Amino acid sequence: MHELSLIAGLFEVLEEKAREAGAARVASVTLRVGEMSGAVPELLTSAFEAYKKGTIADRAALKINLVPVRPRCRSCGGSSWREEAGFVCAACGSRDLEVVEGRELLLERLEVEVDDEPRPGRAADRRRRPARDSPRTPRARQRA
Amino acid sequence: MTTKDVLVLQDLLGSNKKIAAEIRAKLGKKGIFAVNLMSSPGSGKTTLLERLCARLQGRFRVGVIEGDIATERDAERIRSLGVAAWQITTHGACHLEARMVGRVLAGVPADLDFLFIENVGNLVCPASFDLGESERWVLLSSPEGDDKPAKYPEAFLSANSLVLTKADLLPHLPFDPDRARREALSINPRLRVFVTSALTGQGLDELEAHLISSRDSLRSARA
Repeated sequence: MHELSLIAGLFEVLEEKAREAGAARVASVTLRVGEMSGAVPELLTSAFEAYKKGTIADRAALKINLVPVRPRCRSCGGSSWREEAGFVCAACGSRDLEVVEGRELLLERLEVEVDDEPRPGRAADRRRRPARDSPRTPRARQRA
Repeated sequence: MTTKDVLVLQDLLGSNKKIAAEIRAKLGKKGIFAVNLMSSPGSGKTTLLERLCARLQGRFRVGVIEGDIATERDAERIRSLGVAAWQITTHGACHLEARMVGRVLAGVPADLDFLFIENVGNLVCPASFDLGESERWVLLSSPEGDDKPAKYPEAFLSANSLVLTKADLLPHLPFDPDRARREALSINPRLRVFVTSALTGQGLDELEAHLISSRDSLRSARA
């Protein structure tokens, strides 16, 4: 039930990255979620759907890439485990395993939509011109 | 309209981890040994803290941060022992976050020896949030059943110590402390296990000795 906190954390990063990329809107969001991260994909999705309203990701789709657990045995260096036996190294039977992958909760990537560079003369372009009373476009000369 | 792919690879818990690291550095500098206590509701966190505070008080300066969804009751229980307590009321949130602890920390005296942080009663969500503690305890009471470690692996994987509580009830329950210990160690072989009873005092000497020696090593690491 802490998925809403995770999604709040996601939006902190998402909004910053979308701004940096000059995004008009976010089309899709991809998360990398470890099977032992403690987060439930279904709950992440419903929290995301609730949270995105009125944000730059208002219409974004959420994709979740699940990452299986990859252990490393501290005794023999093995990297597979026998799930049915609990958390046990498949090679040497040691229980002293470290979780190398499978606990992560990452914003992997964003697909963003960027407005194309406006052609000269269009409204968007005019907004970019210096203000009328700036020294580069003196009023007097424009009138003349 | 152009579509652009932006590779980010940033942790959703990144801002919590950053604040937790700041808290850990601050507490380390002051030599305050902090314990984050996690467990289901009703497993005896507050009662264990009452006993430990009563033992440490006088020789050490102790403070308690109480995390609850509602009410100041737990903080009041601790204060009635003459121990400083700060209540964090989460108003519905099922876990404490580093930010919440950070806000309280501004008012915590710098000369504390021990700071206990009692998390919201929940065996799932608190496991994902680092609070900047020196050590994490997971409590498991005998009435809850010895199958909990296998059913809630995250909490046991992230803890440093397992404190079995209400050991005085063992004669009346099918709870097998050896099975609980075995299952917990199969998830996390580095767990220290304490079997305790707040009622009879069983195991509290060991827990107290562990706290004092951990605080000493924190302080000698600082020196």
